[in-house]
Amino acid sequence: MVSPAHFIALSVILFVIGTVGVLVRRNAIVVFMSVELMLNAANLAFVTFARMHNALDGQVIAFFVMVVAAAEVVVGLAILTSIFRARRSASVDDANLMKY
Amino acid sequence: MTGSVQSAMALPAAGIPTLHATGIQQAAWLLLALPLAGAAILLLGGKRTNSWGHLVGVAMPVLSFIYGAMAFGQMLSYPAAERSREIVVYQFINVDRFQVPLGLQLDQLSICFVLLITGVGSLIHIFAVGYMSHDPERRRFFGYMNLFLAAMLLLVLGSNYLALYAGWEGVGLASYLLIGFWQYRPAAAVAAKKAFIANRVGDVGLSLGIMLMFAQFGTVTFTGVFSAVPSASHGVVTAIGLLLLLGACGKSAQVPLQSWLLDAMEGPTPVSALIHAATMVTAGVYLIVRSAPIFNLSADARIAVAIVGAVTLLFGAIIGCAKDDIKKALAGSTMSQIGYMMLAAGLGPAGYVFAIAHLLAHGFFKAGLFLGAGSVKHEMNEEVDMRRFGGLARVMPITWVTFGIGYLAIIGVPPFSGFFTKDPIIDAAFAKGGTSGALLGTAALIGAGITAFYMTRVMIMTFSGERRWEEGAHPHEAPPVMTSPMIVLAIGSAAAGGFLILANRLLNFLGPVTGVPPTLHGIWTKSGVGALILLVAGVALAWVMYGRREVPVTAPVGSPVTVAARKDLYGDAINEGLLMRPGQWLTRLSVFFDNRGIDGLVNTLAAATGGSSGRLRRVQSGFVRSYALSMLVGAVLLVGALLLVRL
Repeated sequence: MVSPAHFIALSVILFVIGTVGVLVRRNAIVVFMSVELMLNAANLAFVTFARMHNALDGQVIAFFVMVVAAAEVVVGLAILTSIFRARRSASVDDANLMKY
Repeated sequence: MTGSVQSAMALPAAGIPTLHATGIQQAAWLLLALPLAGAAILLLGGKRTNSWGHLVGVAMPVLSFIYGAMAFGQMLSYPAAERSREIVVYQFINVDRFQVPLGLQLDQLSICFVLLITGVGSLIHIFAVGYMSHDPERRRFFGYMNLFLAAMLLLVLGSNYLALYAGWEGVGLASYLLIGFWQYRPAAAVAAKKAFIANRVGDVGLSLGIMLMFAQFGTVTFTGVFSAVPSASHGVVTAIGLLLLLGACGKSAQVPLQSWLLDAMEGPTPVSALIHAATMVTAGVYLIVRSAPIFNLSADARIAVAIVGAVTLLFGAIIGCAKDDIKKALAGSTMSQIGYMMLAAGLGPAGYVFAIAHLLAHGFFKAGLFLGAGSVKHEMNEEVDMRRFGGLARVMPITWVTFGIGYLAIIGVPPFSGFFTKDPIIDAAFAKGGTSGALLGTAALIGAGITAFYMTRVMIMTFSGERRWEEGAHPHEAPPVMTSPMIVLAIGSAAAGGFLILANRLLNFLGPVTGVPPTLHGIWTKSGVGALILLVAGVALAWVMYGRREVPVTAPVGSPVTVAARKDLYGDAINEGLLMRPGQWLTRLSVFFDNRGIDGLVNTLAAATGGSSGRLRRVQSGFVRSYALSMLVGAVLLVGALLLVRL
């Protein structure tokens, strides 16, 4: 029997993978993907808890997260494309002009 | 205290109603406006007015004098109780309960000053046309002189203390400008500053006095203050009196604010004659006499005035004995003579009239003496050392005679002015009674003897004896434009005192304003005879020391008293030791505290903020991933903290 604890454990694993990906990878596309992973880990947690409590709130929030994530990816990829055009690089460490 | 109140009640001074001016007196503002217009034309007109500026400068005081004489004539046509007339030029300050009209008051006291200021002023302006003829800045000189006249007339005509104060500051400014007229000479520039600063000290006293009046009585007009003052407490009245005395000390060069007057002689001689002898320096006496209703109520304030006067009259006379600079000797004498006036003013109603009488007579003879000194200086290539004069009587006969008449007037030889005006002061001082009366009278009596000594010394060293001139000096008589004012002033010096005192003319005229002395003495009094004996002794001593013996060209070392007197009785040293040095230490201490303490605190704080923010901004590395790590750490900490609280 698959209990909610398993889903939560999976969610945590996905979130940690996503976090590590955001922190250690330089390629912006991979960073994006890792962010998606984190968001989906959160979604999984929301849906799990919604099922546990027999409420729809968590499900609804999951949809919202997906919508926002889609919008974010659109904007993010657009920025990424223009940075790549300007600097011939997709590394997040190369885009470091905004500093002291 | 009760005694003084009762005696004050008997006085009419505060009770005279002031009526509105009619007829020609309605244009009393012309008195001020004429010289003010002259000053404006000359100072704003610039070099365009160079060729004819001095004529405007002379015409304005003369016109002002003519108008003043007409106003005086109209005043004489009124009965004594209706002679105080006022015009309101405009509302100077109009703030709720603080109402100050710029009023001009023509009464018996102010008209005396108007006639003295414009009359003697006109003569000195005429003299200055000749005296300053070679000066390229003559126009500016006349501009300043006219400015002075306007301010001085405002001082004596103002019908409230604020207008008086405005004039008071105006004459201070004009005095500063004129002492420093030859500002390229360091001594003149320093003397001007010194005069200004010493005057400021006195001005603080006067302004505090006026503020105290407003705080206590809610008004600064003469009529308002004088009607309110009897109901004020004794302490307040005395405080106002002493503050006014401080103001008078500054302007009239009385001890302890005397030191500026001797240095003020750096100015052109007509300035010394008009401002630092005849008119401005007597403003202190005017202030005291004008404030008679205040001083009548406080015996303590009166005795302070009298003591200041007595000390200064000896102080100035002793300085006058040792100075070799003819102008400084005369300046010492001015201090001394104003000391007599202050002494008289400090005697209350018994002396006010005599103070004014001596003031008017002094205006004539001291202006005449200074013009004589100026005439000599002009002809001796700007030499002022009397040890370099001698034997000038032959070559400058008119100067000699006019100066001689002034000399006879100041030492008090009958029937010249000083005899009539000085002896009543000595007599009134003795008549005061008690120890204070005896001391004040003795001081005045000794002063008369010393006056005779130092004036005889000046006279002998300048006009008699051998010619000790510098090489290249070719003195001859001054041109008529200079000698004619001297002649007029000499006539005034000879006659003014007798005219004013005999038949009680000035007494009857001024009585309604200043009050009448309780007892009147004749012309020949015991103290008068005593003064004459001392006079003869002083003249004889001076004759023995300077007339019979040869005057050495370089000054001998002299006695300790002479040495002290040459250094102005250490007036400057005292100021320096008591005020300047502690003041400098105080400023140094404040500067140190400011730099190290206050600035140190602020600077340290600023440096700490700057330094730490400089280090802190390094956190903004621009690396997205390090920001993400910070966010993660923050989020973990936050969640951890929440869990910890929950558990």
